[in-house]
Amino acid sequence: MIVFENVSKYYNSHPALDKVNLKIAQGEFVFIVGQSGAGKSTLLKLLIAEDKPTEGKIFLDSEEVTAMPHKDLPLLRRRIGTVFQDFKLLTQKTAYENVAFAMEVAGRNKKEIADDVPQILQLVGLEQKARNFPRELSGGEQQRVAIARALVHQPDIIIADEPTGNLDPLNTWDVIRLLMKINELGTTIILATHDREIINTINKRVISIDKGKVVRDEEGGRYIL
Amino acid sequence: MITTFKRIVIAGFLNFWRNGWLSTATISVMMLALSMVLGLVLLSVLTESLVGNLENKIDVSVYFNPNTEEGEVLKVKNDLLALKEVKSVVYVSRDEALARFKEKHKEDTVVLQALEEIDTNPLEASLNIKAKDATDFPVVVSFLEGEQYKDLISKVNYYENKEVIARLTGIVSAIRKGGAVASAILALIALLVAFNTIRIAIYTLRNEISIMKLVGATNWFVRGPFLIAGALYGAVASIATMLVFYPFIFVLSPVFARFFPGTDLLAYFTQNFLTLWFILFVAGIVLSVAGSVIAIRKHLKI
Repeated sequence: MIVFENVSKYYNSHPALDKVNLKIAQGEFVFIVGQSGAGKSTLLKLLIAEDKPTEGKIFLDSEEVTAMPHKDLPLLRRRIGTVFQDFKLLTQKTAYENVAFAMEVAGRNKKEIADDVPQILQLVGLEQKARNFPRELSGGEQQRVAIARALVHQPDIIIADEPTGNLDPLNTWDVIRLLMKINELGTTIILATHDREIINTINKRVISIDKGKVVRDEEGGRYIL
Repeated sequence: MITTFKRIVIAGFLNFWRNGWLSTATISVMMLALSMVLGLVLLSVLTESLVGNLENKIDVSVYFNPNTEEGEVLKVKNDLLALKEVKSVVYVSRDEALARFKEKHKEDTVVLQALEEIDTNPLEASLNIKAKDATDFPVVVSFLEGEQYKDLISKVNYYENKEVIARLTGIVSAIRKGGAVASAILALIALLVAFNTIRIAIYTLRNEISIMKLVGATNWFVRGPFLIAGALYGAVASIATMLVFYPFIFVLSPVFARFFPGTDLLAYFTQNFLTLWFILFVAGIVLSVAGSVIAIRKHLKI
């Protein structure tokens, strides 16, 4: 269960989020929609404690993320797989190593890594590019590496910020189907996107944000701005 | 735990290797910093040998009346040696003084003839005194001027040489001070250069650091590889610095020997090669590891 309690975030007295109240249950599949600058990315950033809210509290299960000491943040972040809008791949590591890094960080052993990483790379269609560095991959391929990294250690929650922005329609649907399958296994999925077609087709909960406020929150919602 | 450690070490080596250009740049600047450290060590060797040379030249001689028994002179010698200010006392007997005098003037027939005319040895026995510190001479001299030796001693050549001694002492202490100031400046430069190089190296990788943190790495998991890479910078730079210095010292050693008589920088360098390298090795590793720890701290706050 993820809870946002009266969360506000100001950047230079400009509100990026304004008194947001949200509850997302374990195992839910949630879209977050809104125009650029509406506050989607800020919302996701606060959840992984990349940034702190100016006001309000955020809870993950019984733990208050916003009050977590610095040394506990790694454990929180290992529970959440994040696909960043700008991918955030490690430039000095190959596609394989980028994915393996998430497992190394979590302390998984060599065998688990050797078993799981090739499998997940195959799943996102990158088994041929495992030894390539991010600079040698296209935008879409980099995005798929980022997705593989977020999935590989089987986190409780997956946050994805425009994960299909650089993908062609075929790949887009592959990724979405993959996320839905993972969701069926009990993982919470929070997906920020602009893609009207995806949202209207899938028929899941949609949270619309405008100017930092939650303006609509509907089960089986539509893409309306 | 062991797996984590192994992963950190491997990641450190990989960082070092894959950031080839950054490593090369960092190592070359580290070499400059370590050159300062090596220069500092060699400078202290030079100043010490120069100061030692000068101090060895400073002495005071005390001359004894011709009728003084050798035993009495030796007793004074022992009394002097008991003083804590005295470094060494050399006894020159009347015969020895005469032999030296003759040797010195063997070309000068007039002097030698005059000496033969006299028919006795006109020279006095003497004690040649060196102090541990040139500023201690007044203490030694006033000791010799005491009542007990009044009848034995004909002359102490301190007062006529006092000015020369004072000047030499002044030069010695100026060299020491200058050396200390130069060393401090070199050390400061080395510290600043090393720290800032490491800081820039880590700054260029700050995005990687934040990504690692956001994926859930602990501070040590992020920091470790940087420390390993930093240690490698220091180690490689120390070896490279020694190898670059060798030809320079080979060429410059004779030049230094002309200015600082009695110093053989090349011999010192080759004989102490491993020790000097070890100093640079430790300095390099300490500077870059400490630099890394400090520089990385602010990027870990995410």
